[in-house]
Amino acid sequence: MASYAFQLNKSPRSVECDDPDKPLLYVLRDLGLTAAKFGCGLGQCGACTVLIDGEAARSCQTSIADVKDRSVTTLEGLGNAAAPHPLQAAFIREQVPQCGYCTNGMIMTAAGLLARNPRPSEEDIRNELEGNLCRCGSHVRVVRAVLAAAGQGG
Amino acid sequence: MNAPFALSRRALLKGGVLTVGFAFAGIGPRALAQGRARIPDPGEVDGFLAVNADGSVTLYCGKVDLGQGLRIAIRQMAAEELDLDPARITMVEGDTLLTPDQGPTAGSTGIQRGGVQIRQAAATARKALLDLGSKALGRPQSELELADGEVRVRGQARGMSFANLLAGQAFNLKVDPKAPLKDPAAYKVVGKPLPRPDVPGKCTGEHVYMQDFKVPGMLHARVIRPAAIGASLVSVDESSIASLPGARVVRQKDFLCVVAEDEWTAVKAQRALKCEWSGGTGLPPHDEVARQMRAGPFTRDEVLLSRGEAKPVLPPEARTLKASYYWPMHSHGSIGPSCAIADVKADSVTIWTASQAPHRLRHTASRFLGIPAERVRVIYLDGAGCYGMNGHDDAAAEAALLSRALGRPVRMQWSREDELGWDPKGPPQLLDIAGAIDAQGNILDWRTEMWLPEATRGLPNLPLLALDAAGIAQPQGLTTGLISQNGDPSYAVPNVGVTVHWLKDAPLRPSNLRAPGKIANCFAVESFFDELAAAAGRDPVDMRLRGLNDPRGIEVLTRAAAMMNWQPRPSPSPDRGGAVVRGRGIAYIHYKHQETWLAMGMEVAVERASGKIKVERVVCAHDCGLIVNPDGARAQVEGCILQTLSRTLFEDVQFDRSRVTSVDWSSYPILTFADVPKLDIDLIQRVNEPPLGAGEAATAPVAAALANAVFDATGVRLRSVPFTPERVKAALDGRAT
Repeated sequence: MASYAFQLNKSPRSVECDDPDKPLLYVLRDLGLTAAKFGCGLGQCGACTVLIDGEAARSCQTSIADVKDRSVTTLEGLGNAAAPHPLQAAFIREQVPQCGYCTNGMIMTAAGLLARNPRPSEEDIRNELEGNLCRCGSHVRVVRAVLAAAGQGG
Repeated sequence: MNAPFALSRRALLKGGVLTVGFAFAGIGPRALAQGRARIPDPGEVDGFLAVNADGSVTLYCGKVDLGQGLRIAIRQMAAEELDLDPARITMVEGDTLLTPDQGPTAGSTGIQRGGVQIRQAAATARKALLDLGSKALGRPQSELELADGEVRVRGQARGMSFANLLAGQAFNLKVDPKAPLKDPAAYKVVGKPLPRPDVPGKCTGEHVYMQDFKVPGMLHARVIRPAAIGASLVSVDESSIASLPGARVVRQKDFLCVVAEDEWTAVKAQRALKCEWSGGTGLPPHDEVARQMRAGPFTRDEVLLSRGEAKPVLPPEARTLKASYYWPMHSHGSIGPSCAIADVKADSVTIWTASQAPHRLRHTASRFLGIPAERVRVIYLDGAGCYGMNGHDDAAAEAALLSRALGRPVRMQWSREDELGWDPKGPPQLLDIAGAIDAQGNILDWRTEMWLPEATRGLPNLPLLALDAAGIAQPQGLTTGLISQNGDPSYAVPNVGVTVHWLKDAPLRPSNLRAPGKIANCFAVESFFDELAAAAGRDPVDMRLRGLNDPRGIEVLTRAAAMMNWQPRPSPSPDRGGAVVRGRGIAYIHYKHQETWLAMGMEVAVERASGKIKVERVVCAHDCGLIVNPDGARAQVEGCILQTLSRTLFEDVQFDRSRVTSVDWSSYPILTFADVPKLDIDLIQRVNEPPLGAGEAATAPVAAALANAVFDATGVRLRSVPFTPERVKAALDGRAT
């Protein structure tokens, strides 16, 4: 059983794990952090997205060994109902989710974009979210909410 | 109301919906075994609503919110009748112990039937509260009003609270179908875009989905699918997972699963387990499905509509056209694979599910587990959107069989491959249409001939994978939804015939998929209408308007055309020379011929060299009668359009002779942000009309409007879905598609 230390939502965390290949997604969900969703396990849909050292990453394609000594942020760490992150606030204001299963990935991918590019164009946003799938058809609201969170439109 | 049931509802109010599963764990089988008297009765006011001691109201709703927004809309409907702030209303959905059976949440009926039932219960409650208030306050009802959870003398600040008037008693009243409804002119809450209560939690990660839910002591399970549909399991090499701690195989005939204490171990066991299969029922070649549908076998032919002459004598100048349209099988494509938890004990069963039909699933589980329905409790939790009937019911059956075998609660989580490969599919549809038109553009004759898998009458549930695999008898047959509707044009045509050749079987297990059948039927009918218009050299909007006499139909068509600044001319566009050509198309539907009216227009660009279609703009004028929550309705219409664009542009389930092969998002691509057009939606609010539903109707004209726009741009008619670049290019090159 090896021990993996990393920053999780701004706090130090150590996880005992006997499998270095265990995907971060299952590590997080076993810790009760269930915002990151299992959608495909193939890195194709984006539902499991988290931030690793500030960049959006697929937690189903990232192992526990990969995040050793790095900083992981989940949707729960971004903000909460009482103190939402600007992206969360914009998604709520725009009433983006229908089923909402993809919402975690949309917000986390957008958070990675805004960290890099605080004033993205609509095209930048669409490009960034190209790998995030939504089946309900909330796309136009997602784009509107990200623009609003970046201080544009809304 | 008996003690356990009353207790259960009170306990629920303290803890909120999510604790229900645990709050009830202690009530046990005795309460569950009390019999039918305990089942919430949809004929009773108390079945649907309870006034709590603090003056709040709890609604008990048999319909469920799958993301379509009835969680707020139905509250608004009840709040309006009770003159109560919607914030003081909580709602329990889809728990078979607590909510009446209002039927599956399907067919865009959540508001138009489910909400209307609850509204009538609230109106009955209002009348009863006014009666009680009149006696208690000694004033005639005409001087009383409901305000802020009280019955008051009109204009006075304080009155008697609902809770005090009821004095701890239930209403004990039948729902009165004649209880007067509030005058829509006085609506304060209905018609307002109130935010959906589940949205904040979905944006912060606090919302607990089915896939996130846990039961103490549960095992994690994965199912091993056969190498071919209907294959038999020859052997399992259990040593292949021996190195995985706690992982074990559970087998019942051909139903093969692995379970483990934690989820990742179960995933690894699923991947590692070695087994051998033989045989299988076999599938037709993918590209021969349409041809084989023409050949049967059939259960029967049915004449759905026969108007005017069957074989009218046509004038010599009449032109006749005939065309075939094909719609392939589609997956529901849920972003989160199906999931369920079951806890099967000796004399009681609890199932947590995201099924759209918890009450139906209760009876199904009762049948296959051999436990009386009264001892089966099914509790709905939100899952990923399922748009009909995906694998949720299958996952529930799988979890239940495993829990019974292992004596512990079991969580079954499908993989991506399970979901796209094994969810029941939207059935294939084939339509031939023939028509005759005169020189003035009047349609003289219309014949629709359909080849459709027939839904088995009285089938209680679609056949579940695990039961067939395990050799457990279950009613066999097909589930499809009402797939033959809207096969005839909405316009004045003197002679019309619609016939269905009902097929005995479908290549892949079918089930309802959003707007069952209507998308393909509208695709064929509204495409063919444009083919006739083009043959007659007539403008497609003008020809539709001339054929319509329904004022609400005329209004949506006129509004959609105005939004597009539609200039009358025949299709195709005269300007078809460029490398990128542009066109516009329109389609109209009166959904099911009795529900929502809508017209949809599209503006497209087609790149000739590649055949790639770019949808630039979609307009939709939409009349669904009373709109309870305009933002919720708008979200539904947006979703209808984008999901159906996805189905039309990209989707076609692939399979070899054994099983489905499009089992991930690269082999079963769906719409992404790059292909999302601008949407302009015009929702017509009609407060004095009944609500007609917004969850499905706007899916129906999408493919037709798109095909008509592509024809306008290119002069080429697409009659098979999906409109892939390869298919468009082949059509542009004059090759068969």
